[in-house]
Parts: sequence; structure tokens; C-alpha cells
Amino acid sequence: MNTYKLDITEEHCPMTFVKTKLELTKLNPGEILEVLLKEGEPLDNVPKSSEEQGFEIVEISHVENDIYKVIIKK
Amino acid sequence: MDFSEEQIERYSRHIILADVGPEGQEAIMNGKVLIIGVGGLGSPAAFYLAAAGVGTIGLIDGDIVDLTNLQRQIIHTTPDLNKAKVISAKEKIEKLNPDVNTIVYQKLITSENIIEIIKDYDFVIDGTDNFPTKFLINDACVFIQKPFSHGGILRFDGQTMTYTPGNACYRCVFNGPPPKDAVPSCSQAGILGSIAGILGTIQATEALKYLIGIGDLLTNRMLIFDALNMNFNTVKFKRNMDCPVCGDKPTIKELIDEEQAACDLN
Repeated sequence: MNTYKLDITEEHCPMTFVKTKLELTKLNPGEILEVLLKEGEPLDNVPKSSEEQGFEIVEISHVENDIYKVIIKK
Repeated sequence: MDFSEEQIERYSRHIILADVGPEGQEAIMNGKVLIIGVGGLGSPAAFYLAAAGVGTIGLIDGDIVDLTNLQRQIIHTTPDLNKAKVISAKEKIEKLNPDVNTIVYQKLITSENIIEIIKDYDFVIDGTDNFPTKFLINDACVFIQKPFSHGGILRFDGQTMTYTPGNACYRCVFNGPPPKDAVPSCSQAGILGSIAGILGTIQATEALKYLIGIGDLLTNRMLIFDALNMNFNTVKFKRNMDCPVCGDKPTIKELIDEEQAACDLN
């Protein structure tokens, strides 16, 4: 199983979720995507939208300053 | 699924949608839709299909842009007067979305050329203004099993249904064109311009749903709306076994150009 990584710290809504969703479509079921994003809108919305569209949020952790890592399972 | 950065941004609101997503957007971009009649219905349909990124849009119309068109045929503008409608529309489509390949046919659709033109498309939009052509489109689409959206508007009213192979066709509901004297002339009837926008946009939506493969199309039902009271109703019907074109014993076996009704909108 591969683990994919995506950095959307420079993106703004709605491109944050657009980029996440595009990356998730490349995964096979069960594979993991690690997303680096900023707090605020991205942290509020990307995990929520991912869950709404059937993906599983495995973990959310603080990396540094305003950057968080969200682990999403397809 | 290799979208450019520009395409990712342009189609981001589609990609986000759970029922569209990158796969649905790719289906749209591989889609080929023919719009017959680039007037009141064809204008909004062409705009939305172009904006959505439909890969190939065919436009067929033999008319030129007339001042009386501009009250509702929104793809044409005042500087386009006397220009061929298909050229005027192609220019707008290319400005809106350079990804779209626009193919134009500056001619009337007839029993002689219709099959050759529609056969290469995935979906056909009937944006015509007269009964003989509506029946011709229906019959041709039934003959070669081509999905299409029927649309008709008059005054404050509109109606639309979608044909897909195996389901009811336009002739299952209406046997043939109404008698000539039953069709009101254009000046008697008139049309509120925005009605065309409502209906053409519904037709574009059906085309997109078909390309993506989502939802329920307007098959085996006719959507009828009356904008004065803003009532929308759907009337269900079934494939008619006695239908002269798609029934069990069809009597129409070749395409014909029926007599043009009194109102030949330009």
C-alpha cells in the first residue's frame, strides 16, 4: 500500500478540496493520503468535505505554526 | 484524467460535486453534443454546455441573426446582426471556453442530411421552432437510437422530454404535427424571452446528466411549465406500442420532410 502526500498550504477554498479530491481519486481503496493544510478554512472544511464524500479521516495532527496534517483513508 | 492547472480551476465546482467529480468532468470533456437550432433554446444550451467543457459542440442552423432574435437568443449580440447564427455562436463559445471544439453546419436540417450529421454525436438537443423539424429529429433519433432532448416554448409556457433508446419517443405522445391552422403565427403567439432560457437550460442539464451518467432523465415523462403562475408539472407516459415510429408495427420507415407549418420563425 502506498502512502500519498499532498501539500495544499498555498491553496484557497475551494481549490483546497478540489486538489484533495483529485489526489484521492488516484488512490485505491484502503490507501492513505497525507494532506498538509493550514488551520482555519482548510482545516475546517477539507476533513468535513472528505467525510461527506465517503472518505475516512484517520487522524488530524498539528505539525508546526498554523500547519496541520490530515490523514485520509480511501 | 490529466487536467491542466487551468482546467482544475475552471471546472473546480464540478470536480467538488460528489456525483460529478473528476470522472464526471472527464466524461463531459469527452462528450459530443449537437444543438439543432441556435436560437432561443440553443443559445442558453450552447452557453452552458460550453462553460461545462463539453468536448465537441455541433451547431446547425441556416439562419442569420435578425434584430427580432435578440430579445431571447442570448448568444447573439447587436454587432452580430446579419451574421450567420452558427458563426456568431461559435465565436461566443470559443471566447467562453477555448477547450471546446465547435463544429458548425450552416444549413437547414433535412431528411437528406440529418442522419449523416447526428450520427457522430452522443446527444442531440432539439432547439428548433417548428413541428415538422421536431418530428424529423424524433424520427431520425429513433431510427439510429440516438438520445435527444425535445423542447418547445410558446408565450409563457414550455415543455420538454428526453428520449433514450427503448423509452417513449415524441411520437408516442404526439402522433404528428398539428394541423396548419392550429399553429398560431409568431406575431399572434409571441414568447417571453426568458422562457427560452429556462427551457434551453433544462435541455443542457439533461445533456450533461446523460454524458456523466447520473440522475433520472426526463424519459417517459414530459415536463410542462407555465411561467405566469410558475407551475412545473411532469406528466408520465409510456412507450406507445402503436407509435408510428417506435411501436411494434411502425408505419414510418423512412424520413420525410413534413409540410412547414404556417409559422416559420426566422
